[in-house]
Amino acid sequence: MLVINNLKATISGKNILKGISLKVKPGEIHAIMGPNGSGKSTLAAVLAGREFVEVTEGTVTYLGKDLLSMSPEERAKEGIFLGFQYPIEIPGVSMVNFMKTAVNEHRKHKGLDPLSASDFLKLMREKKEMVEIDSKLANRSVNEGFSGGEKKKNEIFQMAMLEPRLAILDETDSGLDIDALRIVANGVNKIKRPDNSFIVITHYQRLLDYIVPDVVHVLYDGRIVKTAGKELALELEEKGYDWIKKEVENSILA
Amino acid sequence: MNGKSETTEKYLKLYHDNIDKISDNSAPYLNSFREEAFGRFSELGIPTKKDEAYKYTNLSLFFDHDYASYFIPDAADFEKAEEFRCDISDMDTHGIVLLNGFYPTINEKLRQLPSGVWIGSLNAAAKKFPEIIEKHYGKYAHTDTDGLVHLNTAMASDGIFVYVPEGVILSKPVQVVNLVQAEVDSFSQHRNLIIVEKRAEFSIIICDHTLSPKKFLTNAVTEIFVGEDAHFDIIRVQNEHNAACKITHTFIHQERNSVASSNNMTLHGGLIRNSTYHYLGGEGAESHSFGLFLADKWQHVDNFVNVDHAFPHCTSNQLFKGVLDDMSTGTFNGRIYVRPDAQGTLAYQKNNNILLTDDAKMDTKPQLEIYADDVKCSHGATVGQLDGDALFYLQSRGINKREARLMLMFGFAHEVIQNIKIEPLRDRMDNLVMQRLRGELSRCASCMVKCG
Ligand SMILES: Nc1ncnc2c1ncn2[C@@H]1O[C@H](COP(=O)(O)OP(=O)(O)OP(=O)(O)O)[C@@H](O)[C@H]1O
Ligand SMILES: [Mg+2]
Repeated sequence: MLVINNLKATISGKNILKGISLKVKPGEIHAIMGPNGSGKSTLAAVLAGREFVEVTEGTVTYLGKDLLSMSPEERAKEGIFLGFQYPIEIPGVSMVNFMKTAVNEHRKHKGLDPLSASDFLKLMREKKEMVEIDSKLANRSVNEGFSGGEKKKNEIFQMAMLEPRLAILDETDSGLDIDALRIVANGVNKIKRPDNSFIVITHYQRLLDYIVPDVVHVLYDGRIVKTAGKELALELEEKGYDWIKKEVENSILA
Repeated sequence: MNGKSETTEKYLKLYHDNIDKISDNSAPYLNSFREEAFGRFSELGIPTKKDEAYKYTNLSLFFDHDYASYFIPDAADFEKAEEFRCDISDMDTHGIVLLNGFYPTINEKLRQLPSGVWIGSLNAAAKKFPEIIEKHYGKYAHTDTDGLVHLNTAMASDGIFVYVPEGVILSKPVQVVNLVQAEVDSFSQHRNLIIVEKRAEFSIIICDHTLSPKKFLTNAVTEIFVGEDAHFDIIRVQNEHNAACKITHTFIHQERNSVASSNNMTLHGGLIRNSTYHYLGGEGAESHSFGLFLADKWQHVDNFVNVDHAFPHCTSNQLFKGVLDDMSTGTFNGRIYVRPDAQGTLAYQKNNNILLTDDAKMDTKPQLEIYADDVKCSHGATVGQLDGDALFYLQSRGINKREARLMLMFGFAHEVIQNIKIEPLRDRMDNLVMQRLRGELSRCASCMVKCG
């Protein structure tokens, strides 16, 4: 589904991603962990098409296509979804109007007619229930005045509305209380199908109790320095990152 | 007359040549103000960029021009206006049409609505209700600096009159459709007076339109009295063509515990200047001043707001926004004046602008003059581009860049529109603004009025 090959990227001339390779197959869940500032969000931004990150080397192939040549909206319509670490507040733009436009753009891309107003509202209701989001939130402006946790739930709600093939969730679990965490995880599990995939960026092993990853990667200083099964998350929880940093330094010295 | 600009001289002459004719048709009380106002005008003259309050607005383009008509009323003009017919369409309002500053009906110049509300021609009202007029006319339009207000007092002979008696709640708004239509370049001045007595509730919508493609200049003054515990809203929808210049001066006088709002929605127009004066003249009064403009090409939109906190425990709030495309320009000048006695004042001001091109330009200036100690005041102004993070957020959900930009601009504008309390008007404004942003709107006359 997604093949990243030796990806290097800079922000304002500073090297942030220093050669990342990663393969995600349909139906897989990959977790990416790693210390603050290691480049996790930057990787997500490159995949979603953020312009201020400049790709200097490497390729990204998504469903056989060159992802890097596509605009952010094309990527979205081809099934990529980014759950933002810091969702943006957009005063004056209602959630309803936002989602209606987005859903209909997706439908147009698939050659489908726009949803009627009543069908759309039905879809909204269904998905709201599915991710247990407060009904009132959907009547407000996009993320405006939402609490940290509400914003994160809203990302999952949007994901449920758009049914992506590859969802990249950037710390969607941060700032959630225990119940919200369970809801978010359930949301992911309900959407999960054999043909769609997830990249879950997180700092906490507890999310991975609910969303069980097939693979766990550790990103450190712009590189994936360790890849293993879900037990790696437990090990990190216990021991922190120091031992990995040491391993990396030793391998450079060696 | 010493050292007057040529332009000012022209208007002095206009007054001298026509004052007899103007006075003949007008109620005596309106006439009693003319000479003094003319004196003040001849001192102050037509504002130039040297006047602080007009620093970024060049009026000379319109005031230097020689108009073929100055709408000095003649009996024949009233008859001509009488031939004009206009229905205000689908909004549920009490409608009034003002044509080139006149009330275009001879037979029914004043109409009584249920519960004793009167709407109609100011000139007719000044003859019929001298005691009401004498209490309010000329009492609120105070300015030491703006000669145009005095020019209006000296020469205007008609306009809209509304009287809402004590305790009356008019659930339907009054909608004034202010039309300019002439076959020659024209200058018109009209004068409105709105009286909302104690505990009354009333809202008025004023729609400005130009119907023929000539050069037009309008200089209008509106005086509004909002009595104790009364509620009042005025919403202006300005949609004129690029060769039209509209200057409005709105003076809102508020008594104790009254709540009033003004909302200037400028969709289109060549040069627009709206001066809004809020006088908080009694404890516990609350005023809101809103404005939104969308400008492109060479358009220029200037909003000037003066909030005068004259009594304790009043609240004022200003929210003005502008979207500027092409090489359009805009100005916001918001003054908050808190007098020494006005303790417990709350005063807020916000002015946000989006420049869509490098050539568009916005000047924004808060002016705070606070002479009381116990005052909470905040103000903020921004001039910038569309928020790149928000744009990306929308795009990342599959919305193309053009549409995402439109949504952001619309959202930006909607923050002002959402303050309109009349729901059908709010929805209509949303639509008109969306059309305007899409570049589909040349004028909204066709959807507001049906003329024939
Ligand atoms: N817009 C930007 N301008 C300059 N530097 C940036 C920008 N965005 C990110 N960086 C830098 O890139 C590096 C990687 O940041 P990134 O946000 O990808 O880290 P992260 O792994 O997601 O961290 P966290 O766990 O704290 O979210 C950091 O050093 C950060 O300061
Ligand atoms: Mg991050």
